[in-house]
Formats: sequence, structure tokens, C-alpha cells
Amino acid sequence: MKLQKPNDVMLQVSMRVITLFIFAFSFYLFLAGHNNPGGGFIGGLMTASAILVLYLAFDMKTITKAIPFSFTTMIGVGLLIAVATGIMSMLFGYPFLTHFFDYFLFPLFGEVELTTALFFDLGVYLVVVGAAMTIILAIAEDDK
Amino acid sequence: MTVLHWAIISPFLLAILVPFLYKYGRKIHTGWFVLLLPLALFIYFLTFLPRSSAGEVVLRTVPWVPSLGINFDLYIDGLSLLFALLITGIGTLVILYSVYYLSKTKEKLNNFYVYLLLFMGAMLGVVLSDNIIVLYVFWEITSVSSALLISYWYQREKSIYGAQKSMYITVFGGLSMLGGFSLLYTMTGTFSIREIIANIDLVTTSSLFLPAMILILFGAFTKSAQFPFHIWLPDAMEAPTPVSAYLHSATMVKAGIYLVARFTPVFGGSPEWFWIVSLTGIVTLIWGSVSAVRQKDLKSILAFSTVSQLGMIMSLLGVGSVAYYFYDGDNALYTTAILAAVFHLINHATFKGSLFMTAGIIDHETGTRDIRQLGGLMTIMPITATVSFIGLASMAGLPPFNGFLSKELFFTAMVNVTEYGIFSVETWGFILPVLAWVASIFTFLYCTILFVKTFTGRFQPEKLSVKHVHEAPFGMLVSPAILGLLVVIFGLFPNVLAYTFIEPAMQAILPGIMEPGQQFKVHIYHWHGFNLELWMTIGVIVLGAILFITMKKWSQSRFYRKERDIFNYVYDSGYDGLIKGSQLITRVQMTGRLRDYFVYMCAFIVFLIIYTMIRYDAFSINTANVSPIEPFMWFVVIAFVVSIISVPFINNRMTAVVMTGVAGYLVALMFTIFRAPDLALTQLLVETVSVILFMLVFYHLPELRKEKKKPAFKLVNLIISVAFGVMITLVSLSAFAFGSETNFTSISQYFIENSKVLAGGYNIVNVILVDFRGLDTMLEILVLAIAAIGVVSLIKLRFKGSEDV
Amino acid sequence: MEVLMSVVIGIIFSVSIYLFLSKSIIRVILGSLLISHGVHLLLITMSGLQRGGPPLLGLEAEAYTDPLPQALVLTAIVISFGVTAFLLVMAYRTFKEHKTDNLEELRGSADE
Repeated sequence: MKLQKPNDVMLQVSMRVITLFIFAFSFYLFLAGHNNPGGGFIGGLMTASAILVLYLAFDMKTITKAIPFSFTTMIGVGLLIAVATGIMSMLFGYPFLTHFFDYFLFPLFGEVELTTALFFDLGVYLVVVGAAMTIILAIAEDDK
Repeated sequence: MTVLHWAIISPFLLAILVPFLYKYGRKIHTGWFVLLLPLALFIYFLTFLPRSSAGEVVLRTVPWVPSLGINFDLYIDGLSLLFALLITGIGTLVILYSVYYLSKTKEKLNNFYVYLLLFMGAMLGVVLSDNIIVLYVFWEITSVSSALLISYWYQREKSIYGAQKSMYITVFGGLSMLGGFSLLYTMTGTFSIREIIANIDLVTTSSLFLPAMILILFGAFTKSAQFPFHIWLPDAMEAPTPVSAYLHSATMVKAGIYLVARFTPVFGGSPEWFWIVSLTGIVTLIWGSVSAVRQKDLKSILAFSTVSQLGMIMSLLGVGSVAYYFYDGDNALYTTAILAAVFHLINHATFKGSLFMTAGIIDHETGTRDIRQLGGLMTIMPITATVSFIGLASMAGLPPFNGFLSKELFFTAMVNVTEYGIFSVETWGFILPVLAWVASIFTFLYCTILFVKTFTGRFQPEKLSVKHVHEAPFGMLVSPAILGLLVVIFGLFPNVLAYTFIEPAMQAILPGIMEPGQQFKVHIYHWHGFNLELWMTIGVIVLGAILFITMKKWSQSRFYRKERDIFNYVYDSGYDGLIKGSQLITRVQMTGRLRDYFVYMCAFIVFLIIYTMIRYDAFSINTANVSPIEPFMWFVVIAFVVSIISVPFINNRMTAVVMTGVAGYLVALMFTIFRAPDLALTQLLVETVSVILFMLVFYHLPELRKEKKKPAFKLVNLIISVAFGVMITLVSLSAFAFGSETNFTSISQYFIENSKVLAGGYNIVNVILVDFRGLDTMLEILVLAIAAIGVVSLIKLRFKGSEDV
Repeated sequence: MEVLMSVVIGIIFSVSIYLFLSKSIIRVILGSLLISHGVHLLLITMSGLQRGGPPLLGLEAEAYTDPLPQALVLTAIVISFGVTAFLLVMAYRTFKEHKTDNLEELRGSADE
């Protein structure tokens, strides 16, 4: 895979639309994880594949501009979120990584369950996306 | 977590902050920030003093691994409080001293203070822990931080050598101590020292009594540099002088003393304990003092003198343990030894700390520590000379300093031994006072040599590299002067310590001897009349003086010129032998061929598992309980097997990747069939990303080639791989059969029942991942992060030019 | 089904060990990829296959397939992805540095 500027207008146009759907779906998978198949791992991998598709269709520069943060930082942030979720419960006197949940009533959505496990899963999600992208980009960028 | 716990943790927390303080506060010496902590801790521990002298103990518990009986229990009694005050008090002085000793601009202060704080926290942990496992953990941290501090100037080869040596010896001792602790646990079923002492009968009647005792003593002796493990201490003098003053005289080496004192109630009263501890101590005492005489380096003299003084305290603890045998109220005949041990422990910390600091001052100002190049410093450095004199006189046992008092008590205790009439002391007991006395002569001798050679005589500026030798700055003198002042105060008014420190510590070392509410009688006299002890002291001074005057004659002897301890050769040759032996084994076994290793491993695994299964008759196949095979499953399986088997035969890399990809997607399909939607999704996505990854990498890699090997070679490969496969099949079948024949309930039932109730999730797999087994998942994403960082560093970091990688 | 799967797993292991024993670093990596499939299937198989519905309580099935091996395997899949990626990159770098993918030629010299 060469990540120089290709000239595939059709591909680029269709990818813009398709990746949007993949992103939406990956986000759904991530949120649905607690009750249906999905979760941080699956959502993260799906997002990573969406970004990969973008890289395939466009060149490196464009995407780096479009996604203006480093994936390496994303790993760190993910790990921090996961650890912080664990420590939060310690602050309330529960063992490390105890999660809580409750049901809330929202307008439009109706009754929604909110759980601190979601934050932990968010950490997992970020680490998975970050790690997968870091690994692949590290090889792809290495043109020497 | 109580305040006491935070007191132990605070040095570790500060250690995290030190690099930032160093980086952003460069104008101020980092030591000033660090100084505040031991000072605060010292004051904090002082507040326990009234309670401890009233005989109260403080216990604070935080559960750590309660299921294994490992709790972060802290315990303050007279003994641990004494040590805690020594650690924080001397720590404060040493850090103050180091501020002036270590240059702000030239030294890597961040490293230094991080290590020092690690040590301080660990040492506090050692002396305050009630749980022996916690104690062990802190114990090893002190070994590690000590090695780090010794190798602080890591560019020097000798520093590295000294650090390694101390590390190997103390860690060896630490490990055997852990063995002893586990034996104690098997005897008593508890890791708590208090509870072990409460269940003492279980220990004394057990056949493991002696092994446990010896293993624990190994730990104590290696840490406290007892003969013949003392060889690491002189080499540890490569550390910066503040470190030597702190770790290698006042605190860490006393951890072994602490351990012996702490375990006196457990093992004390047995003849083995009495003889091993007191003989090792007395031999160390004489060996150290004789070796110190022939040293030419100031710090080496002090190192060997530390060895010998530690031996003295150790022997006192050994002798004092008989108090348990007699169990006889307040009989000074039996308790003097413990009294002397505690008293000398304090005294040694004061005078040896100040001596190390003055040695450091001399080194700092003149650029050398070699007594042959020094001389006449008395007029140039009067304050240093005065402080040194006080310290040395105290160590030599001259009145009116505190060393005199504790040495008198030491003689008393040793002479008392001959009157015990147990453990066959009537035949062999006399050697203790005799050796003690001889050792004291040499102690006097090296103290005299140290003072005379350094401070009197002719000043020899031509031998020094430093041009203008002058007295040290005021700040550097403060700490040794304070310690010197304490030497005088404790010498003149020893009884200020009596019921504040010594008596509570004695109660802690010898619990259960006194009735509750009673106290040991502790009164230290300056004048006992013309008794045997006084004559012994006079003899020491006279003989020591004669030896010093005749020094010119015997200093030509071979004995005097040999500085290195003979046990170093044992260590060095053992070390070399270990390395050579390992190299030999490595060379035979490590061919460097990956295939060979795989052959070893696979053949061994196959052998081990097949053997075990035959031995226990574990093969079984159960077809009664299997689930039916749906017809389409055959297609999946056949496609899968074909794709897998084709991989080794493909010589086109892209085809190989496609084939493994096919296999991966079929695995995803199987997961779907096996009712594992989460797995199927994950597998699908991972396979996609993996294929992209393979494509990316294979773009750069060469084409696969046909393996050119001899048929016999291939046959071996084939046999091993097929055997491995058959073994796995059998294991899988037997495991399944076992699972369906025996009626154990899977722990999964818990997850299925509670997933909704406890975690509020319907997807059990996900709930297990993020909630029930969240820690696993956290470590897993950590692994992923490490893999990513590894990949990045493999790609991005490379050596410039043609350096060999 | 379990018996069939056991045989399939045995085949996976055989093939991957055979790949491990070859000279080419790429084959070794392919072997490690395959062996992880083998391990995942082994974990799932040992607990019994198709013992009920998928472990989703929303389905309100009478019985559920054992969720614990699934959680283990999910973790294992992601980890083996990380490991494979690392191995691949290591092979890639090794090839860049030494211009060979032959493990025999990559042996260290005897005096190391």
C-alpha cells in the first residue's frame, strides 16, 4: 500500500459517504456493547478500519489534516480514562474498578441506563483505535 | 489508610515529585525541598513518644490481600519507634548535609534524592510493618535502593562492582529470609509478627524451628554485614558520603539488628539462637576491628568499624536472648545485654553518623581520603577535628562520651555470660568476654590511627590535588556538629534516654517477661567503682596505646599491608565461576537456531503431557454429550482445513496471506455458529486489520522460498508437529469429557445470574470484560499499548550511520 | 461437534508447529497467527459447544452458552493481534537491517 496521492475520484467520493456510515455504526456498536454484541474492542476495531479505509482512498497528508490528533496520545488518554474510572470508585471507598449504574429518564430517549462501565469501555475503545492505528501507520509511513 | 500509612507512603510520593522539583526549581538545591519531609516525619513520630514510653502500642490496619492474611498492618512499639526516629532524624541531618556536599550544578540530584526517598520510605516500612510479607517487600526495596545509591556515580567501575556485590549478598539473604518467613507461616498460620509471638508454642515445638531460624538469620546477617557476609559493606563505600552516613552506618545495616531484635521473642531462649547470634556477632566484632586497623582509606576504616560495631550489637542481642530462658523478672544479670544493645544502637548512630560526615568533609575539602596523604588538618579544620575527636573518642570507649558507657555495659553483659550456667557456657562462655576485650583493643587502635594520621603531624599540601585547603562551609558542619553534640549529651546525661527510648525498646524486644505495668529498671551509671569492667577499659587503653606506639615495627608486616578481606576472593571466584558456568551451559544449549529451540520445547511439552496423562490414566472420550453437527458445518470445516493445510506449501507470500485470511474469516464464521456473536465480530475486524497489516509488511519483504532441506530433517519436523497436534486433540477431548462427566458447576453461572443484577448489562461477555474482570481488561489494553509503543520504537528509533544494531 | 472440532484444532496445531520449524521468518509468523486460532477454538470447545443461546440476556433464552471462555477468547484475540503486529514489524525491521529473512543466517555469532 502506497500512501502517495492517488487519483481515484470515484473511490474518494464514495468513501466519504461510506466511512460516515461505518463511523456511525462503530459508535453504535460501542454504545450497545453493554446489552448487545459490541463494546470497546469491537467498536474500536471498527473505527480503526473506517480510518484505514480513509487512508486507502486518500493520501496521508489529507487525512493527517482531517484527523488532527496523534493516535499515540490516544492510547495514553485511553489508558488514563480506564485507570481513572477504576480509581474513582476507590475514592468512594469501594475496591478498585467497582462500577455503578442507574436508570435515568431523558426527554426523547425515554429511560436510559447509564453506567460507569461505559467510561471504562471508552478507555478500551480509545486504546484499541490508538494502538491499531499507531501500528499500521508506523509501518505505512516508513518508506525508507 | 491512616496517617501512619501515609507517613510511610509519603517518601514514595515525594520521590515521584522530585524530578519535577529538580527540573522546574533549578535555582534552589533540590535537597531543600526533600529536607522538609523527614523533618516533618520526625516531628510526627515524636508525638508517639509519650504513648510508647507509657508502654502503649499503636496498631493501624489496612487490608491488602486479606484472603491470604497479608495486610498492611503498622505497629508502633518502643523498638519500631526508636528506629523510625533514627531513620527520620538521621535522615534529616543527612539530607541537610547532602545539600552542601552534592553540587547543585554538577550532580544528578534528581536521581540521588529519588533513590534516597525510596530508601527512606522502605526503611520506615521495614521497621513499622507487623506483617512479615509486607516487611519483606520493604526489605527488598531497601536492598535495591541501596544498590542504586552505591552506583550513584555509575561511571566508576568500582561503584558498579560495589553495588552489585551489596545487591547480590543482601538479596540472597532477603530471599532466604522469605523462606524462613514462609516456614513461620506454615508453623503458625499467620503472617503477623504479633500473632506469631502470641502462638509461640507452635513455633518452639515444631521441627521447622531451626531451619526457619537459620533462614531468617541469613537475612539479618547479610543485611547487617555480619561475618562472613560483611564484605559488601566496605565496597559500598563507593556511594556518596551522605549515603554512607545514612544507609551504611545509621539505618539500613541496622535493619538486620532490628530483625534479630524483633524475632528475639520467637527464637530467643534456645541455645542455637544464643550461640549463633552471639558468636557471629563477636567474630564480626573482632574481624571488623582488626581489618579496620589495616585500612588506609578513611571511609574504609569507618566501614570496617561499622562492621565491627554491628557485630557488637548483634552479639549483645544474642547474649540478651537468654532472658527468655530464665524468664526471671527484672534480673539485671540477664537484661543488661539488651539494655546495652539498645543503648549502643543509639550511640553508634550518633557517633558513626558524625564520623562519616567529617570523613566526607575531609574528602570534599582535600580531595583525598587516604590517610597516608593527610595530616596536620587540626589547625586548618578545627571544627571538623573537634567533631571527629568526639566521635572517635566515643567509639574508642573513652569517658565521658556515650560510647564509653555502652562499652562498659557491653563488657558487663559479656562478663555476665560466664555466670549463666546454661547452654554449656561454663566451658565455652569465657571466649565471649575475651574476644570482646581483644576486639576493643583494636577498636581503640584504629580510632587513634584515624585521628592521629589525619589531624596531627605534618600537613602535606604537595600530596593533595586541592590547592587551598580550608574549613568546610558552615552548612556542612551543622549536621556532624549536632550529632557530636548528641554524643556529648548522651555521654553526660545518659538517663534522658532511659525511660523514653531504651526501656520501651526493651519491652518490645523482651515482651511478656515483665508483668503488665511493670518496667525494666534502666539506669546508666558513670561510675561503678573499680570493677572488672573498668580494669578492662584501662587495659584496652594501655595495650592500644602500646600497639600504636610500636606501629612503625608491625606496619611492615604482610598482615598490615594486605587491605582486602580474604572473603572477597571467595565472592569474586564464586561470581566468576557462576558466570563461566552459565556461559558454558548457554553455549551448549543455545545454538541460536530458532528451530532447535522449538524442537526442544515442543518435544518436551509433548513428552510431559503424554506422560502425565498416561500416568494418571486421564485419556477419555465422551460422545454421549456432544452437540450435533449441522450438515453445513462440514463445508466450513473442510474449507477451513484445506486453507490451513495449504499454508505451508504456498510459495507466494500474497497467496499465503490470503489463505490465512480465509482461515481467519472461517474462524469468525465458526464463532457465529458456536453462539459467540461478540467473538465473531471481533475476529472479523481483527482479521481485516491483520490482513492490511500483512499486506503492508509483505510489500517490503522478500518472496517466500521453497524450503530446501533434507528429507530426514523434514521428517523430524513432521513427526514433532503431528505429535503435538495429536496431543492437543487428546487434551481437548479429555478436557471436554471430564467437563461433561464430572458434575462441577461452571463459575459462569454466577456471571449469568448476576450480570443483570450487579452490573446492569445484558451482554454477559461484555459485562465480564468491563466489570467483573475489569482488571484483566485493563492489563490487556496495557499490553496492546505496549505492543503499539514497541512497534513505533522498532520503526522510528534507529541508530544513526552504520552502527551495529 | 466437539470431537470434530478437537480434530480440527489438532490439525491447526500441527500445521502451525510445522510452520514454526521452518527457516523463513514469515512462515514462523504465519504459524503464530494460526496457532492463536487454534487456542481460541480450543478454549471455546473445551467448555462444550452450543449449550444454549448466545450469552445475551436480552434474548431471554432458557440456557446460555458459557460466556466465560468467550470473554477469555475475546481478550486473547486482541492480544494476539498485538503480538502478531509486533512480530511482523520485528521481521520487517530485521529484514531491513540484515537483508535476509532466513533464520539460519540470522543466528548470532558464537562469541556472543
